[in-house]
Amino acid sequence: MLDILHNIIFDYTLRNVALGAGVLGIISGTLGSYAVLRRQSLLGDTISHAALPGIALAFLITGSKSTAILLLGAALAGWVATLIMLNIIRTTRIKEDTSLGLVLSVFFGFGLVLLTYIQKLPTATQAGLEKFLFGQAATLLAEDVTLMAILGLIALFLTALFWKEFKLLSFDADFGVTLNFPMQAVNLVLTTLLVIAIVIGLQTVGVVLMSAMVVAPAAAARQWTNRLGIMVLLSALFGAGAGIGGAVISSLVPKLPTGPTIVLCISGLVLLSIFLAPARGLLWNWARQYRNRRNFRAEAVLLDLYALAQQHQNRLHGHSAAVLKTMNLNRAAVNKCLEILQERGLAVSPVSGIWGLTEAGLRKAEQLAKTHGGKP
Amino acid sequence: MLQPQNGTYNPPTLNHPAIKVEDLTVAYHDKPALWDIDLLVPQGVLLAIVGPNGAGKTTLIKAMLGLLKPVAGSVEVFGRPYKEQRKLLAYVPQRRSVDWDFPTNVLDVVLMGRYGALGWFKRPGKQDRELAREALKKVGMEDFARRQISELSGGQQQRVFLARALVQDAQVYLMDEPFQGVDATTERTIVKLLQELRAAGKTVVVVHHDLQTVTDYFDWVMLLNVRKIASGPVGEMFTEENLRLAYGGRVAFLHARPKEAEERIKGEGRRIKDEG
Repeated sequence: MLDILHNIIFDYTLRNVALGAGVLGIISGTLGSYAVLRRQSLLGDTISHAALPGIALAFLITGSKSTAILLLGAALAGWVATLIMLNIIRTTRIKEDTSLGLVLSVFFGFGLVLLTYIQKLPTATQAGLEKFLFGQAATLLAEDVTLMAILGLIALFLTALFWKEFKLLSFDADFGVTLNFPMQAVNLVLTTLLVIAIVIGLQTVGVVLMSAMVVAPAAAARQWTNRLGIMVLLSALFGAGAGIGGAVISSLVPKLPTGPTIVLCISGLVLLSIFLAPARGLLWNWARQYRNRRNFRAEAVLLDLYALAQQHQNRLHGHSAAVLKTMNLNRAAVNKCLEILQERGLAVSPVSGIWGLTEAGLRKAEQLAKTHGGKP
Repeated sequence: MLQPQNGTYNPPTLNHPAIKVEDLTVAYHDKPALWDIDLLVPQGVLLAIVGPNGAGKTTLIKAMLGLLKPVAGSVEVFGRPYKEQRKLLAYVPQRRSVDWDFPTNVLDVVLMGRYGALGWFKRPGKQDRELAREALKKVGMEDFARRQISELSGGQQQRVFLARALVQDAQVYLMDEPFQGVDATTERTIVKLLQELRAAGKTVVVVHHDLQTVTDYFDWVMLLNVRKIASGPVGEMFTEENLRLAYGGRVAFLHARPKEAEERIKGEGRRIKDEG
């Protein structure tokens, strides 16, 4: 453990990868929250896949492989893809999901064609652009991380600045227009920040998997909170955790690629959140359903006891459990229900196998009979 | 310009209308949603816009607010183009225009009504929160301030939207089917609110779906079916003839309505008006 901490600080490669992955996690988690809330998760996927030809063209046009130039190409391609997608929806009868799928596949295919072409070029400097497919975190240089951090800080600052405008855009954009906010301009800013967030992560996680980093942290965070501010914060935290965790794990296990490991980490967080979160989590809801069903069955048995008791002067007269079992479809559960009723002081068993209502049980049964209108 | 049109009644008091719509035409691709609409909305009226499905009622409201671009025509608010007058308009959209699973609470939504006054970047402060709570009190939702909007019933959602509009302190309120699918309490609250707004000199334009309550709740009406059929005081313009023109002869209920039911409904409307 101490070894890892030591390495994170002093090992050049691990330090860069961990920092880069952490920055990427924070930014994609933050902006991904808005993408998820605005139902734009697929758009994130399209932008990241569309970045590939942008990177290839940037190299072909400038001959440079500097990260800044390549990421600029990626951002421009991402933006062009978004505009084309919107135009297709506006001018044809094609719907949003089809338009996204079209743009994604055409751009990505074009990108692959360009990559193959570049690989066949006679120059020796052509190697290395394939790293943007699945990411190659080990190639992160200190200046790359610095660039990521600067872009990330700008994105975070703008998110904080436009906080209420982004909230308005995501919840009720039309209402924003009537308040005289130029919501199209706000949309432009938010989409640009999303493109920046995606482009920041391409070197680490690659175009194919980047959409996971946009969507998963926010999806996980949504499970735990009902407040937008907490959700964005948690999403950034989850993203950073998955980033740093993935970087560390892949450094410990030989031949484990960093990008996919990070994505596995965040996927694990999503699974945990889906199961364990209170209120929205599956386990919590299963437990609540189980408790409800148990209550209903116990109430049914209580009403059965009540019905039997009606036939005697002494309402607390006991009856055998066997009789109760014949009155209930779910025979096996009757014993359990009787135990529950006893726990709650509503029924009592003076002799083994014989059950009767208590005073409290009688009152409760009368109350239930009124609201339920008798045995169904 | 006060030009006499078929079924339009323009009394001299319409010199400074709250809203003036002229030659408004809105089309989706090649189909007209609104055709050549002229409308004068006097100040201080409660106007109901009625018409069959697809008549363009929501389109008209959205065009008045600048949410849709018309193919032709203009909208003026208190004599100036609507773009300059947005501060005087408040919008209550249909409930389904919004995702109610959004992570926010009731007070937060009402606070959004203050964003216009706050302008760019500034966050709501204590005074804004006070105004929001007052608006919630007016619609009977002050106990729900911290409630998640996903836990609200339809009527409660509608009242939250109303509070959001109230907090804007506008002159003209445009509401899209606020009575649609709400409980009796909410309906009473909305009617009472309309009366209060009118008493305060505000103008309210409501897309209304329930023909039975038009005469009870409103004093001005516009019948619409892509074109304007008629507009004017309810007593004069809400006639069988105009309804037949707007709905294409499918308004049998006006004949079938039994006398007592009519009287009862009128009495209810009068009582609500008196309470208001």
